[in-house]
Amino acid sequence: MYERLRNCMAFRHRRAAALVVLCLFAAFQAKAQQEPPYFVTYSSVMEEPGNLEIENQNLTAAPKEAQTFFAPTVEFEYGATAWWTTEVYVQGQATQSDSSVFTGFRWENRFRPLPRDYWINPVIYIEYEDVNGADKSYLEITGNSSAADLAIPNAVLRQYIVRSFEGKLILSSNVRGWNFSENFITEKELNHPMPWEFGYAVAASRPLSLRGSERACTFCRQNFSAGAELFGGLGTRYGFGLSHTEQYAAPTLAFNTPGGFTYRFSPEFGLNDNSATVLWRFGMSYEVSQFRDWFRRSR
Amino acid sequence: MKGRILTVAALIAASAFCFAAADGSWLKKVPQADRERVNPFAGQPGAAAAGENLFRNNCAKCHGAEAQGKGSRPSLRSERLAAATDGEIAWIIKNGQMYKSMPSWGGLPEPQRWQIVTYLRSLNPPVRPEERVAAQEAPK
Repeated sequence: MYERLRNCMAFRHRRAAALVVLCLFAAFQAKAQQEPPYFVTYSSVMEEPGNLEIENQNLTAAPKEAQTFFAPTVEFEYGATAWWTTEVYVQGQATQSDSSVFTGFRWENRFRPLPRDYWINPVIYIEYEDVNGADKSYLEITGNSSAADLAIPNAVLRQYIVRSFEGKLILSSNVRGWNFSENFITEKELNHPMPWEFGYAVAASRPLSLRGSERACTFCRQNFSAGAELFGGLGTRYGFGLSHTEQYAAPTLAFNTPGGFTYRFSPEFGLNDNSATVLWRFGMSYEVSQFRDWFRRSR
Repeated sequence: MKGRILTVAALIAASAFCFAAADGSWLKKVPQADRERVNPFAGQPGAAAAGENLFRNNCAKCHGAEAQGKGSRPSLRSERLAAATDGEIAWIIKNGQMYKSMPSWGGLPEPQRWQIVTYLRSLNPPVRPEERVAAQEAPK
């Protein structure tokens, strides 16, 4: 009885805290952005200079031979300049009948080297990761990974610490309202003698309307965009290929509210025996406009 | 001492670079074909209204809700914009000025970019050709 009461109180506190956070967000002035609706694939869209985007991205799945898990990631993305975006990720996961663990952090930087918008726009991506083996965020897939690893208990997985460097070549094009993006990924563990690992992600998307509406509206078609992603591993330097690793295909949907919130949703379907049947991913982000001005005397 | 002098020199060079950002030099970089592009929504009040909504959602955070400018970010109510062609305005929205804090908005669908141009044009009615040349050459 006491336990049930305590759980109920804890739930109420969480709900109150969530409401406070939502009110705080609503108090800020921010606006929608032009980012495509991808979870894994990067496009050439950079964070606008001085803006801070806070995103909560969640993934949940119930694999056949493993326990159901929930893996949240919080991202802080800042536009340092028009050609440089820097981002910090903090992540964790909770597995049913097992435990909840903090799985690590990542620091990434994206650089757009060309000064104009071309038919194909390259972006250089550099990331440092400090995560443990219990990471189930699926922010990218490299090397030879398998969903069977999800059945290993967290206590074992978290013992394996990975400090790695990751690089991506991001290519992105905008054609008649469509965005096409391709990412080529390479990763090297710095604290283990592992070979270079490779992965990929490709995606396409389009807003539901290419024209803006004459009236200010929340549920206009232009505020919705839909697309599809395909991502997976490509093996290692010594065993390159698609077969011994996970592969996923995913339709994606995003809703950019004029108030500054963006909601995204994507079911990701495994394409081979190494993959989980389906990963459910959903996220919410909020862009704080001109966060940099908060620290300037004359705003 | 030598390092300090180099640092000061670098700061002065960076400042000069930043001041150069506001001189409208981007106008000279616009290819002729882009300069001559025709706005498919030119003169349409509905497109200007849509452009205003898009401007508030995408541009106002830097340039101000009324396009009056904000801090070091320039006003978009200016003689220079009045003198620019629709094609030139569309070009700067699409390409931005990466090294001068103006991001590329190439990810925004082209019709939406033209709607923003229509809105900006409604704020900056075009001047006559001879006035246009004079406005571009005048120091700001």
